[in-house]
Amino acid sequence: MDIHEYQCKELFRHYGVPVPDGNMAFSPDQAASVAEKIGGDRWVVKAQIHAGGRGKAGGVKVVNSCDEVRKITDHLIGSTLVTKQTGAQGKLVNRVLVEKAHNIDKEYYLGLVIDRLTQRITLIASEEGGMDIEEVAEKDPSKIISERVDPAVGLTDFQCRKIVSAINIEPKYFGSAVKLMRKLYRCFRDKDALSAEINPLALIDGERLVALDAKMSFDGNALHRQAEITDLRDLNEEDSKEVDASGHGLNYIALDGNVGCIVNGAGLAMAAMDVIDFYGERPANFLDVGGGASPDKIANAFRIVLEDPNVKVIMLNIFAGINRCDWIAEGIVQAIKDQEINMPIIIRLAGTNVELGWEIMEKSGLKYIRAEKLDDAAQKSVAALRELKS
Amino acid sequence: MSIFVNKNTKVIIQGFTGQHATFHAEEAIKMGTPIVGGVTPGKGGMTHLGLPVFNTVSEAVAATGAEVSGIFVPPPFAADAIMEAVDAGIKIIVVIADGVPVQDMVRVKRYLVGHDSIIIGPNTAGVITPEECKLGIMPSHIYHKGNVGIVSRSGTLNYEAVEQMNELGLGQSTSVSIGGDPVNGCDFLTVLDAFEKDDETKAIVLIGEIGGSQEIDAALWAKENMSKPIIAFIAGKTAPPGRRMGHAGAIISGESDTANAKMKRLTELGVHVVQNPAEIGVTVKEALGS
Repeated sequence: MDIHEYQCKELFRHYGVPVPDGNMAFSPDQAASVAEKIGGDRWVVKAQIHAGGRGKAGGVKVVNSCDEVRKITDHLIGSTLVTKQTGAQGKLVNRVLVEKAHNIDKEYYLGLVIDRLTQRITLIASEEGGMDIEEVAEKDPSKIISERVDPAVGLTDFQCRKIVSAINIEPKYFGSAVKLMRKLYRCFRDKDALSAEINPLALIDGERLVALDAKMSFDGNALHRQAEITDLRDLNEEDSKEVDASGHGLNYIALDGNVGCIVNGAGLAMAAMDVIDFYGERPANFLDVGGGASPDKIANAFRIVLEDPNVKVIMLNIFAGINRCDWIAEGIVQAIKDQEINMPIIIRLAGTNVELGWEIMEKSGLKYIRAEKLDDAAQKSVAALRELKS
Repeated sequence: MSIFVNKNTKVIIQGFTGQHATFHAEEAIKMGTPIVGGVTPGKGGMTHLGLPVFNTVSEAVAATGAEVSGIFVPPPFAADAIMEAVDAGIKIIVVIADGVPVQDMVRVKRYLVGHDSIIIGPNTAGVITPEECKLGIMPSHIYHKGNVGIVSRSGTLNYEAVEQMNELGLGQSTSVSIGGDPVNGCDFLTVLDAFEKDDETKAIVLIGEIGGSQEIDAALWAKENMSKPIIAFIAGKTAPPGRRMGHAGAIISGESDTANAKMKRLTELGVHVVQNPAEIGVTVKEALGS
């Protein structure tokens, strides 16, 4: 689960990680009053969306008067920002962060991730701050320094000092840099984060280090014990269909093809998409109905897949283990009847109660194409799609 | 032979009296799995499915000599249950729960240092030695005795591979799903090592996914240490980039973790890579024939 930059900075303040003075605003007036309250004569207005690359897309502006704060906010709010992380459709800006602008002397990169390889929380840092860290990793891997954390003792001072020294932070900032890293780690650990990124961590006004940008992502599986983080969720930032799907226990991701896929299990769902691709067509979506799929869940899966106008053919591929083919079949019958679906539906059932499942399908009298195997299902789906296209 | 579990393995179930645990324990017993008891805190002394219930894993181990545990407790309590099993000296721990917090697993993996337990999962369909013993939620009737070892991340894709092999008359020695979580218990390498040492296993099917580098690490090891053929498929060729975890992890390891990159690397390392997941079965048959 992602949160906004301003929410992340609030969290940082709470943990003692230094951030610039600032606050969020929903309107030009509110933004101007935030700027007034902060004081000074230079501010930065930052569009708040859940995507990086805002600066290059015009979503971050430095201004010199409250009037300009108002103008820029008016321009940003309600606009759609297209960055390299948003996709072509971009993201609607609903709020901005207004902050005091500082003179930046030097920029560093600081991040915490859970490294799959070592299966430990790992601190990553670089002297090349303010840049895309993946580009740095590609161009000059030696510029990326990492320290892995032993969960039994946590991030230690000496590890922070190793990092601080390796990225050439001046000795007089050693103490504050070490403190900042340990506080960031504490926040990461306490809140069940999956990643945290400060890019840049900046030395400002020739006197101190602050997190100029802040980004964190949290473990959806730990939200049961993270009420404070759960409250920060902004559903406007998420794909409405994915939210709809997850509300019904379905895992859905939209893609760009014409074959709508309904499958159980993430692995089999990916494989089903891969076979369609193998035969030269593209899947319209990833959809995992999970275990224990009820008829109602299947009906919702059909509804969500059919909302995509690109879907011309539906391929349902179920290998029931913890699921039951008879329940799945009941769901299919209910969906086809209620939603009056009249496009080709290719069905492959296997596993628990498969005979019962086919019996229900046959008795229904509905039109569908029966497939016995994964390959068969994919080939029949592709053939049905090509017939429609020709 | 087989790996990890067989008809003589003494099995306990943690979270024994729960609804899912009960259903899957009954299924496992029907298949012949030697379940000797279970653990539900606060219900020690009861009898469930005709078997003794204990308050703690230690008590269960002391009374039954159990060496293997199937954990069916809900995700928020899974990490504690795993560590309890490790502490009690359980050798093989199978964790079914889907949705265990990642940082819980980071702590579990640290706790495991100095112990020799093997954790399978979480978020796994489990492990099965056909017609002998199963700990998991897979449909046991599709598995048949044979000479092919299977190790996969996904459960359902494992079933898919099994069905394809069944049609060609190929059975399994043991099938292990290691689970789809970013921080999981045992890796591909551990399971490959066990299959290499098992006389009954003649070939291994490895089913991986996008993300991380476990498949490559396993293949690098296998190139030096294994004599048996490996047939592999990596799911997720058509998965959209940026919609997966472990992205930053890949920065550190320096290995690309897309399906195409992994399949290319596996081929270079001498693995029989399947491009179409519907052809896993026939590829195994060919590899065994050659």
